[in-house]
Amino acid sequence: MQTKRTIFPNKVLPYLLLVPQLAVTLVFFIWPALQAVKSSFEREDPFGFKTTFVWFENYRRLFADPNYLGSLSKTAVFATSVTVLAMSVSLLLAVAVSRVLRTSRLYTTLLVWPYAVAPVVVGVLWWFMFNPTIGIAPYILRGFGVDWNHRVDGVDAMLLVVMAASWKQISYNFLFFVAGLQSIPQSLIEAAAIDGAGPFKRFWTIVFPLLSPTTFFLLIININYAMFDTFGIIDATTQGGPAQATNVLVYKVYSDGFLGLNIGSSSAQSVILMIVVIALTAVQFRYVERRVQY
Amino acid sequence: MASIDISAVKKIYAGNVTAIHNLDLTIPDGELVVLVGPSGCGKSTLLRMIAGLETITEGTVSIDEQVVNKKEPAERDIAMVFQNYALYPHMSVRGNLEYGLKNRGTPRDEIDRRVAEAARILEIEPFLDRRPRQLSGGQRQRVAMGRAIVRKPKAFLFDEPLSNLDAKLRGQMRIEIKRLQRSLKTTSVYVTHDQLEAMTLADRLVVMNAGRIEQVGAPIELYERPATLFVAGFIGSPPMNLIEVDYLRGRGDDLKLPEGTDLCGVRPDTIQVADPGEPSVRLDATIELYEPIGGESHLHLRLEGSGQLIVAAVPARTAVVEGATIPLFVRIADLHPFNRDSGRRTD
Repeated sequence: MQTKRTIFPNKVLPYLLLVPQLAVTLVFFIWPALQAVKSSFEREDPFGFKTTFVWFENYRRLFADPNYLGSLSKTAVFATSVTVLAMSVSLLLAVAVSRVLRTSRLYTTLLVWPYAVAPVVVGVLWWFMFNPTIGIAPYILRGFGVDWNHRVDGVDAMLLVVMAASWKQISYNFLFFVAGLQSIPQSLIEAAAIDGAGPFKRFWTIVFPLLSPTTFFLLIININYAMFDTFGIIDATTQGGPAQATNVLVYKVYSDGFLGLNIGSSSAQSVILMIVVIALTAVQFRYVERRVQY
Repeated sequence: MASIDISAVKKIYAGNVTAIHNLDLTIPDGELVVLVGPSGCGKSTLLRMIAGLETITEGTVSIDEQVVNKKEPAERDIAMVFQNYALYPHMSVRGNLEYGLKNRGTPRDEIDRRVAEAARILEIEPFLDRRPRQLSGGQRQRVAMGRAIVRKPKAFLFDEPLSNLDAKLRGQMRIEIKRLQRSLKTTSVYVTHDQLEAMTLADRLVVMNAGRIEQVGAPIELYERPATLFVAGFIGSPPMNLIEVDYLRGRGDDLKLPEGTDLCGVRPDTIQVADPGEPSVRLDATIELYEPIGGESHLHLRLEGSGQLIVAAVPARTAVVEGATIPLFVRIADLHPFNRDSGRRTD
């Protein structure tokens, strides 16, 4: 590919122009990341007087800790549920919206709103709705004989954070699915209709395979979201409880570091998370463009 | 094998836009009918109504003597070839050909037999395992045709299938479509805006304009006796010249034209540079441009007196000079009399 090159007459100017961006990245990303890597190899005494270099002790302890392993499996359950729920609901909505002609813009606008809501506000919103004491949802559920209490029931708590986290992500997925659906030529659908495929069959044999690039992209984005961007929602609803039931990795990093003040362990956890992010991003870059092609 | 009957069909789109006005057309079994007209004339809409891809506002469409207004496209047992081919990009050529048969629950051995037969007829056997994007335009076109013929439908519907091909390939595919339709004898409706394609393919030609049928007939009939000014201007290349009767009177032999004639159509190839020795009118004109195109030459002429521009098609090596004023002759028998207000032929 031919790229446009600009030749600066001044040798220093180009570097000067890059400085603000580089400074921000360095100060707010690279430096803290390196600090995290450094402190993940250290142990600090409770009063902060002395730090000792302990090699992989923090990592070793983590993988021997049933709480951490539990958190790993909770994260897997949480991320999978959020991804599946957010993607399937948004695909359903996108298909529905692409079928209505006149009001599709209105629906699209309304469906995108949740994305503009801050994660903590989303958490508070769902927390109110499902509050066992004053919430409307438990009140209705009691009518059906379901006793909802996410303060004591781990499954209820997990359901609550999954719902809240998915609700927010549905808007984002929806937009991509709508765009993906629009890029499928209408004549393909018509040809399939003439070829004797009913609406359901048309969707699964023509539309869904042609959406696969969008679907794969969203899959990666949603896993990323569920694993790393849901701190606010969990903090505002369950705070990892009850009994660690919703203590996913990203929340455990916070609670161990800032509440438990175990900086070494918390740093080790964030380094592990960082490695996961890097892996996911690599998969995305490598395969999104190439693998899912027809 | 089936006839298609279109009776009093109307199409009104949302916002009260009428695309088709009360249209009647019968397509007998085995015939290839070409719908031709400028863009927006309703020809594609009509085709899509036959296919079941557009609803019919009023009137009925019948295929094989069954009213299909309420039937889904799949239940009409028709096949359509789209302008952009509409091949399923994620399936192999074989997958594309099989899709319609599989959806209808055709037994496996029957599918294989039909796909093999269609591939043989269209000479696409070497590409059966390729994806559509690995094929050239002409090959894709063949696959699209193959997808239509494997189903052995009651009718083929073609929606400008050749407009994405280059000129040479278009001519070639045109002949193949004609040959294929002749041998399969399947009732076909073919939509195009290309009048050459329309003339060469059609058993019967339907010229449409603004949602109405202007004229129906064999291509040569339409060429020789256009019923309306629109058909006169649309069929034939270069288009027919239209000259005021008042201008023609007194220029040559006595004109005896039907009542109400105020405009005469003159085909460019009926303008002669030598006196034909038959009753004719004589026009004097200045040659503005001499355009040799090989087999014939086109003269762009400005008529003396009226200053109107006309085109004449003359034999290739006619010796003329640009800028010269020359006499031209048109046999009175070659004039097409029209009335300007009704837009119709007067004889």
